[in-house]
Parts: sequence; structure tokens; C-alpha cells
Amino acid sequence: MDAPQLIKVTIDGREVHVPPGTTILEAARQIGPEVAPPAMCYYKPLKGSGGKCRACLVKVTQGSEKDPRPMPKLVASCITGAQDGMVVENYTNPEVVNARNGVVEFLLINHPLDCPVCDQAGECHLQDFAYENGLATTRYEEERRTFDREDIGDKIQLHMNRCILCYRCVYTANQITDRRVHGVMYRGDHSEISTYIHQAIDNDFSGNVIDVCPVGALTDKTYRFKSRVWFSKPVDAHRDCDKCCGKVNLWYKGDEVIRVTARKNQWGEVEDFICNTCRFDKKQTADWVIEGPTKVSRASVISANKYGKNVIKKTGFGLEYAAHHYKPIDDTRPYDKNLKEIKQSEDYKALMEKNEAFFSKK
Amino acid sequence: MLTDRSKKTDKSDLSVVEKTYLPGVFKGMAITLKHFFMPKPTIRYPEQKRYLGPVFRGHHILKRDDQGRERCTACGLCAVACPAEAISMVAAERVKGEEHLYREEKYAAAYEINMLRCIFCGLCEEACPKQAIYLRHDKFVPVFTDRHDVIYGKDVLVEDMNNRYNRDAWTKEDMAKLWEKQNA
Repeated sequence: MDAPQLIKVTIDGREVHVPPGTTILEAARQIGPEVAPPAMCYYKPLKGSGGKCRACLVKVTQGSEKDPRPMPKLVASCITGAQDGMVVENYTNPEVVNARNGVVEFLLINHPLDCPVCDQAGECHLQDFAYENGLATTRYEEERRTFDREDIGDKIQLHMNRCILCYRCVYTANQITDRRVHGVMYRGDHSEISTYIHQAIDNDFSGNVIDVCPVGALTDKTYRFKSRVWFSKPVDAHRDCDKCCGKVNLWYKGDEVIRVTARKNQWGEVEDFICNTCRFDKKQTADWVIEGPTKVSRASVISANKYGKNVIKKTGFGLEYAAHHYKPIDDTRPYDKNLKEIKQSEDYKALMEKNEAFFSKK
Repeated sequence: MLTDRSKKTDKSDLSVVEKTYLPGVFKGMAITLKHFFMPKPTIRYPEQKRYLGPVFRGHHILKRDDQGRERCTACGLCAVACPAEAISMVAAERVKGEEHLYREEKYAAAYEINMLRCIFCGLCEEACPKQAIYLRHDKFVPVFTDRHDVIYGKDVLVEDMNNRYNRDAWTKEDMAKLWEKQNA
């Protein structure tokens, strides 16, 4: 058999070669975080996820090598397959950035602003997404939909208010059991995540719905209000578990393990799900073999006042920010004329008037 | 000459009257007497206190809302903003029947500020999303003589509903108005 033919995709001016069948989002992730679109619902380890939240919209300016016409609308990069010779614009296209700002507003329509109360604050994907792409204020004046909080089993709590209907937990539940126990009821604006008549998801891996939830809709009841994310210190640890891989993050507050979560990769995705025994029952340091402090991005609030400078890997946050907000400088004004000519030019006079108006105010 | 302020000293000999020094003495006494009747710039400090302006940063206070419920939800933003790491807190969940005590479903069961660490920078006030913590403009943190007096808990910090704290200007706009009024 031949080696699989690689196809060439250009994203934000950077080329990458990927096997056919790869989505645009996956191709962008191969290049790096500076071009990868944000994703609120897409979750690589969960089959079928993606296409719900529209956070990853991108502009395809050239469909493929054979058919170079651009795609008429923005496409969701997490479910659109890459084609050979495709040219994609993500952060470089103002239309995409604009659309993403709109998506933030839509996602926040029914999302309560209870971040000070929410346990997810600090590691919430919606918080990050809104911070990077959204307005500082809201235009929404209508009543937000509200629900009572609900217990799913004795360890997991569902805050339907905060749910953005990404369906990640539904796919997780489908993946871990063969029966359908967890899903979305009703339609459209009335949709809500639910288990069948308040039934617990009776499975050893049910706790993973907490980790996959991008917001604070599904939270750990044993961790409820224990601490804030940025006051706890994550360390990598593992133990021999007969049910799961046993590789976790322990979250310490002082000497006490207040929470156990699965390890997340660069994109905030859990690759190895952990079992409920590891997550909820093993909260002693003696149960675990500590590997060392978890690497936390310097820009993250979790790394606030935690580690010495040598442990924190510095990212070029400033550079990234500058690159995203880059505006070309208007260089058309002539600069090689002599002073007299410049002083007589309309341009100069206009500038002087502007200056005068500005300074006379003071 | 570098400046125009220097004066030439009169070095001529003194006259007979001046030699008695009496005019100089009376002149000096007159100045002393004048100051005797002038308004005094000093105040009797511990009894009398000066107005320090609405933006002075003094004693911390945890505000309650109009219905007397505590505003603080123990979100921890003040503690993470604090450059001196003076603030610590323990959160708790509000149970049924406590709705009149706490505004949100989470509240600070313990809230402590270490006054030895606090530098009165006001960043906690700035960080607070619930308008709960403020630095009073009208009250200093008193002197302490014992280390046990230094860690302020909720008993000292939470606002007394019978003696509510009010600031002359809460917002920038209020401040501008106050400024105009004072300058008018």
C-alpha cells in the first residue's frame, strides 16, 4: 500500500501538510496555538462532537487546488474537512473576528454572570473565549432562562443555567455506557441537559462529564466552594488503578488534596479519562505517586503566585497579542520634502489644527 | 546674577535710633502678635480629625446591601489582586433560611486581612466584582500593641447596619461633582 498522500493547507499564511480527512481545526492545531481557532464544543477524544457552538468559524478563501472558488459563508472549522490547496483565514480575516465576537454574545445570552460564585472560574473556556473575543459589556436586556440546580448522582452537580449546550457531556455519557442515560431534552431555546428522571449516571467513568464541560454547568460536588482554582496548586501524579490509566492532576490547597482531575492537554482536552474511584475517593497524598508540578501557562491565572520563574514556561503572550492586533502603519505620507513644503501642505495644516483644538481644550 | 530675586544688602552704618534696637524689637513683636490672631493651621489630632477627601484609603469594610445582606461571595479576586497577599478567605454555601444574611449562594464564612501585610493600595477594592470590599475614607486603622490584634476578621470588617458607611463620592462622576462643588 502506498503511504497516504498528504494534502497541503494554508492557514493564516502558514502551510501545513496533513493526511486527507483531517479537519481544518486539526490542521490548524498542528501549526500551533497562534492560528488554531477556539473551540467550545469540539472535543477530539469524543466522536461526533463539534459543529454546535460556532466558535471555530473560519473563512475559506480558496476551496481547493482544483476548485479555487472561496466558500460563500464562514465555515465551522471543526467539522469541515481540509482539501488539497485550501487557503483558510482565521485571525487575519476581520470578518471571522467579527463573527466570533457575535458568537460570544450569543453564547452569553443565557449564561449567568455568576463567575464570582462559579467553581469553574479561572479554568473556564467560555471565560477565556469571551475575554479574548467579546465585549466588556452586554447588550442583552431580556430575562435569562433559569433552572434549579440538580444533582446527578451524589458527586456531580448540574447547573443548567450555565450550560451552553455543547453536547460534550452527552457524547461522553454515550461513550462510557451502552445505554442512553444522559441527553438533551426539548428543542431550541428550551433545550436542557438531563438524565432520565434524575437518574444517576451509574458508571465508573461518569465523573468525566465534569472535565469535559467547558463551563461550570457540571461541577464536582466534593469540590464545591472549597477553593478558587487559582488558590490551588496542581501537581502531576499517578497511581496503579485497575480501571483507568491513573494519570491525574492533584489540586492542592496547602497539604490537602481538594480535587482530582484528569490531565488536560494544550487544548484543554482530556486524553485519558479517569475513573470515579481516582477522582472522588483517593484524596490522600499517600494514595498517589507525585511526579512534579503541572506546567501551567504563564498567562493563566492558575500560575498566579505559584511557582518560581524557572518553573514557569514563558510564552510570548505579548508578541502573540501584538500579532493578533497588528494594524499596518499608514506609510503613504511623503517624508522627504523640505520643511517649507511640508508646512504649506494641507496635511500638515490639518494636523496643526487638530493639535490646536486638542491642546486648547486643556 | 543668576536670578532677579537677589537683593543688595544694605551695609551702611546704623542710625542713632536703630542703634537702640527698639524699632527692630517692636517690629518682631508686631509679627508675633499678628500670628497670635491668625487662624491656626494645626489641629488637636486625636480629638479633631481632618477631612481627607473621599478617596482616602483607610480601614477596610465589607459592605452589606440595602437589605443588610453581605455582598461578599468569597470569589477570591481581592486575594489574588492583593500584592501583599494579606487577604485570605474560606467560602461556604448558603443554606435555606440564610437568604436574609447573604446575597449570593456562596458567602465568605471567614474573611481575614492581615494588617501587618496590608499596604492600603486599594487593589482589592478595584478587583471586587460585587462592590463588597472598600477602604473607608473616614477611619484609620488603629495602632496595635499585640500581634493578635493585627488579623482582622469578619467581626471587625463587616459593616454595621446601624452605622452604615457612606462615601461622599462613589463613582468618578460623583467625584467630579464634588470637585466642582469644592472649587465653586
